[in-house]
Amino acid sequence: MTTIKVKGRVWKLGDNIDTDVITPGKYLSLPMDQLKQHVLEPINPDFAKQVQPGDVIVGGRNFGCGSSREQAPRALKEVGVAAVIAESFARIFFRNAISIGLPVLICEGVSSAFDEGDVLEADLSTGEIKNLTKGTTLKAKPLPPMMLEILSAGGALELLKKKFAQ
Amino acid sequence: MPMTLAEKILARASGNKEVAAGDYVTAKIDVAMAHEGAAWVIDELMKAGIDRVWDPERIVIMFDHWAPAPTELTATMHKKVREFVKKHGIKHFYDVKAGICHQIMHELGHVRPGELIVGTDSHTTTYGALGAGGTGIGTTDMAVVWVTGELWFRVPETVKFYIKGSLPKYVMSKDVILYIAGKYGTEVAQYKSVEFDGPTVKEMSVASRMTMCNMAIEIGGKFGLVAPDEKAVEYVKARTNKPFTPLYPDPDAVYEKVYEVDVSELEPQVAFPHSVGNVKPISQAEGIKINQAFLGSCTNGRLEDLAAAAEILRGRKVHPDVRMIVIPASRQVYMEALKAGILEVFLEAGAVICNPTCGPCMGTHLGLLAEGERCISSSNRNFKGRMGSPKAEIYLASPYTVAASAVTGEITDPRKLMGGKK
Repeated sequence: MTTIKVKGRVWKLGDNIDTDVITPGKYLSLPMDQLKQHVLEPINPDFAKQVQPGDVIVGGRNFGCGSSREQAPRALKEVGVAAVIAESFARIFFRNAISIGLPVLICEGVSSAFDEGDVLEADLSTGEIKNLTKGTTLKAKPLPPMMLEILSAGGALELLKKKFAQ
Repeated sequence: MPMTLAEKILARASGNKEVAAGDYVTAKIDVAMAHEGAAWVIDELMKAGIDRVWDPERIVIMFDHWAPAPTELTATMHKKVREFVKKHGIKHFYDVKAGICHQIMHELGHVRPGELIVGTDSHTTTYGALGAGGTGIGTTDMAVVWVTGELWFRVPETVKFYIKGSLPKYVMSKDVILYIAGKYGTEVAQYKSVEFDGPTVKEMSVASRMTMCNMAIEIGGKFGLVAPDEKAVEYVKARTNKPFTPLYPDPDAVYEKVYEVDVSELEPQVAFPHSVGNVKPISQAEGIKINQAFLGSCTNGRLEDLAAAAEILRGRKVHPDVRMIVIPASRQVYMEALKAGILEVFLEAGAVICNPTCGPCMGTHLGLLAEGERCISSSNRNFKGRMGSPKAEIYLASPYTVAASAVTGEITDPRKLMGGKK
């Protein structure tokens, strides 16, 4: 079985974090190396500067609602976010995240289980999420094997290339 | 086993006799729509070293988000797509003159009942107005579709909104979908398909149904469907010679939940910043001062929307402190509004008419907002920063309410300008 683990410092975001907040439309035509500098700017202008590679976002309900813009999960991945774990996701964001290789997990209760700066460890294949700072454990629904296969290939196109090569 | 409309569409597209909510299927795509997102799809394909498409006749590409290009960067995006279109013989390509993708898809016969259509735009759910399974995907998934013609889907559960009662005068389908988003929340259809049904929906024009299906995504919907009746089938037949087989939900299909909505006493509705679910009746919104009124978008930029606004604006003036921006959804809508004398009404009233495009709806060009400004808009999203400054406010409403508010300079019940409630 495919195992994907992430471990990092938590950034807490609230409910209904929409795709315009993650990647505002006015910057959308910029190349990714510039666009990513504006990620989450409307709610935290310093996020792109402060986020460290490996950090994890813990979101509330309806994370990523709105547009189908793939730049939203991609910009988060490009600034180093290792995973997004939320109470619930808007489906296009969730799907896009898997397709570009950004781990995501749905976990009820996650937002109250973590404070900003706590260290989180998650196993995508079992759905086990640990708060290493507080010593608590939660259980998310594990990702189905097909999504794990896409994630471990590094994304849907990488998987397609692999299949073509066979 | 009885099936919902979403199950029927995904069963047909995946070559299965039946499928059920929760199944994962690989489905063949009937039509793949891309706006400027095409440029990013091309980037993905180039990165992957893939230089072919599965079927140049099933890919439809148009420019609407940045049309005509407002910057050198977007001009370069357009150029890249035009070159790709030529090289790969993409049959259906609409350059900057045509209008908004979802409107063009309907008007030019690319949306057919029973088909499965994906688009690089979340409002692809609009196509459910004609009984097609339309849904938004990202550019990596679209790259997979362009190469293979297939995509995986999880068969969604379905929630049904059974809508009854005659809509009061000056209340539109936009008010109905805003009311639903307000009452049931923006997650009521998360990961699910939505079916709109009932006598009110049957009475509605195709254009009015499009407004509701368009905003199905705002309540989380994967599809926003109306079972195709005679009205829908005739609409399609007038626009394409391509054969199609309409699909219908089985009468005993299993719905996760059925919500009954009576609209006979519905007031005009307004979504307050910064969520589409933050909806209040107009009586609780009146008097809020506005700086801009935007009439347009894939939600409410059709002829009936422009005609509704013109009914209010005829013989009246846009308030001197308000910029009113009018953007017909397509060249065809623009032409029809021109011939019907509607554009003259807007010009006389002091509105600015722009070319068919998405315009300020997603904050790309043609009327952005400064810090502290407020806009009432007929579009679909009022997220923070969507139309420019994150310190601006967007209020969503119907074309009637947008026009009435443009006249008074504050959010206004259209019925007050038009003499009485009914």
